[in-house]
Amino acid sequence: MQQDKTWGNRIFDIVNHGLLLLIGIVTVIPFIYILAVSFTSPHEVAKGGFILFPKEFSLAAYRYIFSTDTLIRSLGVSIYITVIGTLLNLLFTSLMAYPLSRRYLRGRQPILLGVLFTMLFSGGMIPTYFVVKSLHLTDTLWSLMLPTAISAFNLIVLKNFFQAIPDELEDAAKIDGCNDVGVLFRIVLPLSMPAMATFSLFYAVAHWNSFFNAVIYINDSEKWPVQVWLREIVILAQSRIGDTSIEETEIQPLTIRMAVIVFSTIPIMLVYPFLQKHFAKGVMLGSVKG
Amino acid sequence: MKAETAARTRPATRSDKNLLWRDIIKNRWLYIMLIPGVLYFVIFKYIPMYGITMAFQDYTPYKGILGSDWVGFKHFQRFFGEPQFWTLFRNTFLLAIYNMVFFFPLPIVLALMMNEVRRERFKRFVQTLVYVPHFVSWVVVVGVFYMLFTTEGGAINELLYSLTGQKVAFLLEPGWFRTMIVGQSIWKEVGWGTIIFLAALSGVDTQLYEAARMDGANRWRQTWHITLPAIRSTIIILLILRLGNFLDTGFEQIFLMLTPTNRDVGEVFDTYVYTKGLTQAQYSYSAAVGLFKSVVGLALVLGANTMAKKFGEEGVY
Repeated sequence: MQQDKTWGNRIFDIVNHGLLLLIGIVTVIPFIYILAVSFTSPHEVAKGGFILFPKEFSLAAYRYIFSTDTLIRSLGVSIYITVIGTLLNLLFTSLMAYPLSRRYLRGRQPILLGVLFTMLFSGGMIPTYFVVKSLHLTDTLWSLMLPTAISAFNLIVLKNFFQAIPDELEDAAKIDGCNDVGVLFRIVLPLSMPAMATFSLFYAVAHWNSFFNAVIYINDSEKWPVQVWLREIVILAQSRIGDTSIEETEIQPLTIRMAVIVFSTIPIMLVYPFLQKHFAKGVMLGSVKG
Repeated sequence: MKAETAARTRPATRSDKNLLWRDIIKNRWLYIMLIPGVLYFVIFKYIPMYGITMAFQDYTPYKGILGSDWVGFKHFQRFFGEPQFWTLFRNTFLLAIYNMVFFFPLPIVLALMMNEVRRERFKRFVQTLVYVPHFVSWVVVVGVFYMLFTTEGGAINELLYSLTGQKVAFLLEPGWFRTMIVGQSIWKEVGWGTIIFLAALSGVDTQLYEAARMDGANRWRQTWHITLPAIRSTIIILLILRLGNFLDTGFEQIFLMLTPTNRDVGEVFDTYVYTKGLTQAQYSYSAAVGLFKSVVGLALVLGANTMAKKFGEEGVY
């Protein structure tokens, strides 16, 4: 909508642009601050003030992180569950979505209803915990991947996406001697790359960011993903401040805590530019996602 | 394929049963592909639903669900009789209301503002910035807030100190808890929340605006009479979804923000289930609390959806 060049419209545009720019900057400033402090020498941080660019550049905090086994190991755990977990998610979700997208399949309706119902009602934390425990998954990395193998929401969206692919392609492939598995992997999936890209993004982000399942299911700190360590070092340490019974040495200096935040966020920030063009499309695939 | 459709509409006969078998054999690969997914939903979704029966037992892990003693509604009675019940109820309810009032309208306003920007590059630049926090974990969000608001050298408090000579214990003061929670939600999700509204806005017929301008409508009037009605149904659907999740007050976030000092204002149903069940091993009791929450949640979704349909909207399902 081309607006008239009246004074009122010009002022509106200036104010609107200004406000949006301000909102954008306010959103990212905390990240810049954290990044800056993590690269600043502890000496300068102690002087206080709002640092947006390190005056005394220092890698001490990162040197500390890379000198500890725990954080490096947890990085490995997080990468592992993100990669393997996402592959499992994609495999499970598309294997189930494809048959459900075939309108002629008997029993399709009750299964779909069964899936929908899990979106409305669930057994809750305690019964789920016992299922995971009785399968002997606790204290294994499987407990972080299997219980979230399929998102009902993504499954339904992918099913609808598959349904929109013309049936003639399936028929043609079958005449050429493909069975249903072949149709899925050779025809349907290659045609669904935008959807698959979006789902791998959502699943991968969820795995990388997940920490609560690890809190519940994993006692062995050697298997903690990076988010759990982040909570230990940044949040629990912070809430202990003021508690005189805790030795001073247990609480890491500010720069190290900031560096741990950066460390656990870097992978997302690295992929962010690549993923960005998929967001809007991905969200629209789901039409509504609250 | 035509034969199968016909078979479905006729009452079952013997030859239909043979047809069914032939059908299953013909589509065997499809059924095989379904197996892992169906197993997943049965094991991780439906068996826990069956496991809810432990809420009506005095469950002990070594006796199992089949062997534990039935106690009826004992745990529910205890829960409703607990003075804590009303605290939990109030905390959950207030957080949900605060989010509804202070968080919900903001993505709409932001989307409307972005929609007025004609320069695509500027718009995309702002979007890139405001989407970022959505992709970081709640641990990072809470961590960042802690680092900014702590009285021990946090930037906000340093700033406050240099301006007023005082510091505010944002993180320890229970009075600040809800403000902090809502603030975090806004920072993390407002930008992301605009996507759906922007998509709805991009579908608005531009001729409507032209017509309105011919009639002398200024930008405010155009927004009021064209833009807002155009996204009305999107707003209503998102409102229903939010009502449906009314009791899910961002569990991870609250779990992370809880400290011994703010438990009185911060403890909600979910965190209570965790504390009682997994840290104090009161399995049956916390399963009962969880069931209460699930049932109320289900009623809210169904109720909100029915209401939306009464108002002539499509509803979610």
